[in-house]
Amino acid sequence: MEMEKYFRVDKLPHIWCPGCGHGSVMMSIVKGIDKMGWDPEKVTVVSGIGCSSRAPGYMNFNTLHTVHGRPIAFATGIKLANPELHVIVITGDGDGAAIGGNHLIHACRRNIGINVVLFNNQIYGMTSGQYSPMTPEGSMATTSPYGNIEPPFDLCELTRSAGANFVARGTVYHLPKLDSYIEKAFGKEGFSYVEAISQCPTYYGRRNKMKTPLEMLEWQKKNSIDIKKARDLDSEQLKGKIITGIFAERDDEEYTARYDQLIKSVQGGKE
Amino acid sequence: MTERVKLMQGNEACVEGALDAGVLFYAGYPITPSSEIAEEFAAKLPKVGGKFIQMEDEIASMGAVVGASLAGKKAVTATSGPGFSLKQEIIGFANMIEAPCVIMNVQRAGPSTGLPTSPAQGDVMQARWGTHGDHPALVLCPNSVTDAYLLSFQAVNWAERFRTPVILLLDETIGHLRERVILPRKDEMVITNRKQPHGAPGSFQPYDITDEDLIPPLPPYGGGYRFHTTGLYHDETGFPSNRPEVTSRLLNRLHEKIDKYKETLFLYETYGLRQANQLIISYGASARSAKAAWRIAREKGLLVGLLILKTIWPFPEEIVAQAGHDKNNIVVAEMNRGQLIGEVERVMDKRIPIRGAQRADGVLITPEQILAKLEGVN
Repeated sequence: MEMEKYFRVDKLPHIWCPGCGHGSVMMSIVKGIDKMGWDPEKVTVVSGIGCSSRAPGYMNFNTLHTVHGRPIAFATGIKLANPELHVIVITGDGDGAAIGGNHLIHACRRNIGINVVLFNNQIYGMTSGQYSPMTPEGSMATTSPYGNIEPPFDLCELTRSAGANFVARGTVYHLPKLDSYIEKAFGKEGFSYVEAISQCPTYYGRRNKMKTPLEMLEWQKKNSIDIKKARDLDSEQLKGKIITGIFAERDDEEYTARYDQLIKSVQGGKE
Repeated sequence: MTERVKLMQGNEACVEGALDAGVLFYAGYPITPSSEIAEEFAAKLPKVGGKFIQMEDEIASMGAVVGASLAGKKAVTATSGPGFSLKQEIIGFANMIEAPCVIMNVQRAGPSTGLPTSPAQGDVMQARWGTHGDHPALVLCPNSVTDAYLLSFQAVNWAERFRTPVILLLDETIGHLRERVILPRKDEMVITNRKQPHGAPGSFQPYDITDEDLIPPLPPYGGGYRFHTTGLYHDETGFPSNRPEVTSRLLNRLHEKIDKYKETLFLYETYGLRQANQLIISYGASARSAKAAWRIAREKGLLVGLLILKTIWPFPEEIVAQAGHDKNNIVVAEMNRGQLIGEVERVMDKRIPIRGAQRADGVLITPEQILAKLEGVN
């Protein structure tokens, strides 16, 4: 298969559970890189800690598995130090929305050329099933044994407001659409955020009346609503729904390009 | 070119030393009393084509520094106590993945917010053991503005040579001190760059140790060598492994690559050690008061020697033992409630009395306090 060159096949099989959606999202990212025609030597994939963050280990690029919650901080250093690199961050709902939330919004604000793909399986899988800031209300988790009373974070709204050049949400069920969002994100010069709704049958599904991975995919299908349709619905009607589609698409100047301008003007006097 | 004579502040000298060593990246977060370091880098880095970024927090700046280092740039951050605490996890990550970087900590009085504008040396043990796990540490302590320049330069060189985070441990007094400095000519400064691989990219293993110095080469991202890096225990391929032999091999090598060259890492000054029966040991700003105390004692006719440590970690056991073994009173002067004194006690013969001249109230320790611990002063 043509995609094989992008993977470290000797590192397979992967560590993810049967039925996990993460492999599909990883493939979607690799397809995006292929579509861009990027030189693999110039691609750097950075991740934090968690199930999603194990993906870079299987991907044949420069890959960096960092500490919990901070991959965007590392990626910022990489991109600023060498703007020629294509820097992709793979993170999860715990890594990106909880411990790493601050880095996410500031990277949006700077509009630095980093492509973040957040694997949202709505649970802390690696630590065996605690609720995350993106776990739906009412969900059962090991740390919400009576049901989760916290509302989930909508990071698409957040990243759009914070200044990302491209923001979209897709699901593993609607994979071709997810592919197209990731491709568009990679085509942007500035910061992009793509959220991929993934499924964790082991620690989310089983505790929330979805016994099989298939039931979880059906849940994605049933609950997803396109952003254009969502505009006509009120918050009550949208409760518990997955709003999919493109949330932001703009072409504001990218941070490292602005920095290069600054260097030029400092070195050459006033332009 | 001639020697460079300047009036300079300690924090500014740190920046000059780092720039002369080839630093092209700084990420930091504002914190007293280190902020001048960030301000100087912000002004100077773009002029030499380097990058400065003020990150959203202390942790992010440590992450950005390690990222920039892997992208091939010499990278530095600076902070003070509260920020030093926050950076610890990623300092350990840099230890584990062997990312060259320099962390400048301009100490202020702690714990907690403490006294932001007052000197202290309370982070001596944190610089050694602040991040979790059984890691090595390389920590340098300047006691003058000239020292701040030279040790900053040295810290960058050693970070590159040993592929390790190096901590430059200043204190508020040295950071804010302005004095005349005579810096060596630029062409006299020898710059060290990290080792690069020579083999074919296809067979490259990022942690394959073939050289005697136990240090693997580090190509930059985008340089043609694709590799994986993780903070998990990893084998020579860079991929995780939990095999006990892989774990012990990596941990032992992280220590041995520094231990092996320990003797060359010990920087210190000595004064009147031979004709002495008492010894003062000190470092950082305290060493300035210690030097004044030593001079006064000598004028009084006391046989006192002085050992000023610049490398405090790894602790220069042999140097301290050698200087103190024939003394009948040792005074360790420091601005804390006794941190490095424990190390001195560990290496000295138990029969030799060791006294601490300590001050931890946000005020620079005085020569009189140190003199009071010597025998025969009055």
